[in-house]
Amino acid sequence: MQLRAENISRRYFRKQGEANFFEAVRPVSLTLESGKLTVLNGKSGSGKTTLLNMLAGLLIPSEGKVYLNETDLYALEDRDLSRLRSEKIGVIPQGRSAVDTLSVYENILLPGILYGGTPRTEEAENWMKVLGISGLRNAKPAELSGGELRRMAIARTLTASPEVILADEPTGDLDSDNTAVVLSALQQAAEAGKAVLVVSHETDAEAYADRICHMKHGTIEQG
Amino acid sequence: MKHFSLMIRNLTRRPGRTTSLILLTAFLAMSLFCGTVVVSSLRRGLNSMENRLGADIIVVPAEAESKVSMKNLLLQGTIGTFYMDASALERVRETEGVEKASAQIFLSSMKADCCSVKVQIIGFDPENDFVVQPWIAESLNHQLGDMEVVVGCRVETDVGNNFRIYDRNCKVVAKLASTGTGLDTAVYCNMNTIHILLQAAEEKGISHKIDSGNDSEVVSAIYVKVLSGTDPGLVNNRLNGHVRKATAIRTAGMMTEVADSLSGVSRTIAVLIGAVWLLALIILFIAFSMMVNERRRELAVYRLLGMSRKMLSGMILKETALCSFTGALCGTAFGAILVFPFTTLIETSLKLPYLTPDAGSVILYACLAMMVTVLVGCAAGSGTASRLSRVDPGTTLREGA
Repeated sequence: MQLRAENISRRYFRKQGEANFFEAVRPVSLTLESGKLTVLNGKSGSGKTTLLNMLAGLLIPSEGKVYLNETDLYALEDRDLSRLRSEKIGVIPQGRSAVDTLSVYENILLPGILYGGTPRTEEAENWMKVLGISGLRNAKPAELSGGELRRMAIARTLTASPEVILADEPTGDLDSDNTAVVLSALQQAAEAGKAVLVVSHETDAEAYADRICHMKHGTIEQG
Repeated sequence: MKHFSLMIRNLTRRPGRTTSLILLTAFLAMSLFCGTVVVSSLRRGLNSMENRLGADIIVVPAEAESKVSMKNLLLQGTIGTFYMDASALERVRETEGVEKASAQIFLSSMKADCCSVKVQIIGFDPENDFVVQPWIAESLNHQLGDMEVVVGCRVETDVGNNFRIYDRNCKVVAKLASTGTGLDTAVYCNMNTIHILLQAAEEKGISHKIDSGNDSEVVSAIYVKVLSGTDPGLVNNRLNGHVRKATAIRTAGMMTEVADSLSGVSRTIAVLIGAVWLLALIILFIAFSMMVNERRRELAVYRLLGMSRKMLSGMILKETALCSFTGALCGTAFGAILVFPFTTLIETSLKLPYLTPDAGSVILYACLAMMVTVLVGCAAGSGTASRLSRVDPGTTLREGA
């Protein structure tokens, strides 16, 4: 499994200096391989999240293409792209990403049932235990702290077991102990054959990386 | 946890939002259902009255119109006891252009004699009658005998019971179908019976004497059918000139008056329903617009996890349809509770003939009210569904992160 970005860029119409648009991501290419954990570092505003969203099939690039193996993501209809994302690409976004009307456990099982699949209960139990949120099984998202919500989102993605995992600041709300737990879990996923991308402005993740890339002013400096 | 249970969870775990939507749609369904039933009942009442009246002209004593409105006598069962000499019937029959004429004698029962309220007792001649007899024939398969009565559907007695009027026992031999008019509270008997009852009333001190002193031969009203092709207006004028101490009234005028009132009431109800719907629709659209902001983040999560736009808008529409259906069901049921037990009150307030539609029509109106409400609810929600399905999950989830 390979997720490959070829010269993708993203421009927003925004007056900046002489230009009428702002280039959040300049043409970049990046390949995520199975079994590898790639860390993408960079300061806030460097274009990391924009790049991750384009890789996830959530944001159409202004130029360039994104391929999952040989499938051009943005050549697909919304229906097919959504299904492909549901099955093959797991995204851990920044911020709260829980459905408030569901319990923690139901949130974790949610990706598996969207297309009528069987809930992956065993995997859910396992990842909840690994990430230390077993006791929050029946809690509502509104009752959780930022760190607990973050671990719930990570457990949800790992439970779905997609072939590509794209994590945006997965340790942003976590203390050092939980940061280690989460990064170990992502490393474990990579070792199990997943292509993992961790986007972070901190350096904690670098110790777990197979490859480190730096992003600056919308471009990638390969590590 | 399947899609449906996901939908139910979304609804039940946001009780405030769900209850508001249900109440709004219930209000829409109730107003539509009640309005339709009331307007339909009024139309049926008018049709029934037209069918039952069957006469072109009514001749009544000259002073009768000052005693009671003819329209009220027919529509609301206003008690009218007025008499003229029975010879007027012959005078009417002799008048040019009259095809048929049939007399009736009115008598009012004493309060608490037979019923909780006074009822109008109408004596008619089964041999010559063309107004009441065809209608009575629907419920009675033999000629009405002496001391036998047929009662309107709202008279509190049953077939086979004795009905006591002025200390005389009459046997109830039939109960008439509802007409939605004052005729529903009347009691019908033949001429022999009404004369016995008039005598009994006389013994109780209730006089029906007329100036001529001929108290054994009186009539209250003469119903006239004009010859085909004859102008009823012309015959009406002839009757007014030919029959002494009597007034001829064209029924068409009464019917037009009633139809005009009905048209006015229907228009008022339609305007009211329109206003209620407009108000409720505005609130519904505001509620859905507020929901767009409230649910933006939640639906961004669904998109992120792989729901397509179509699935997402489908889920929102199904939730809306379920809320609207529940609201429509509750609203229609509440409307039925509101409109049917108070039929008499509505009829009295509107002062118009009011005949509730049959069960089949009521079920049809209920289904239509529910269907329209669900469709309107879905239409109001479709814009929201479309807007929400286009949320950009990446940006939305970063907002307020």
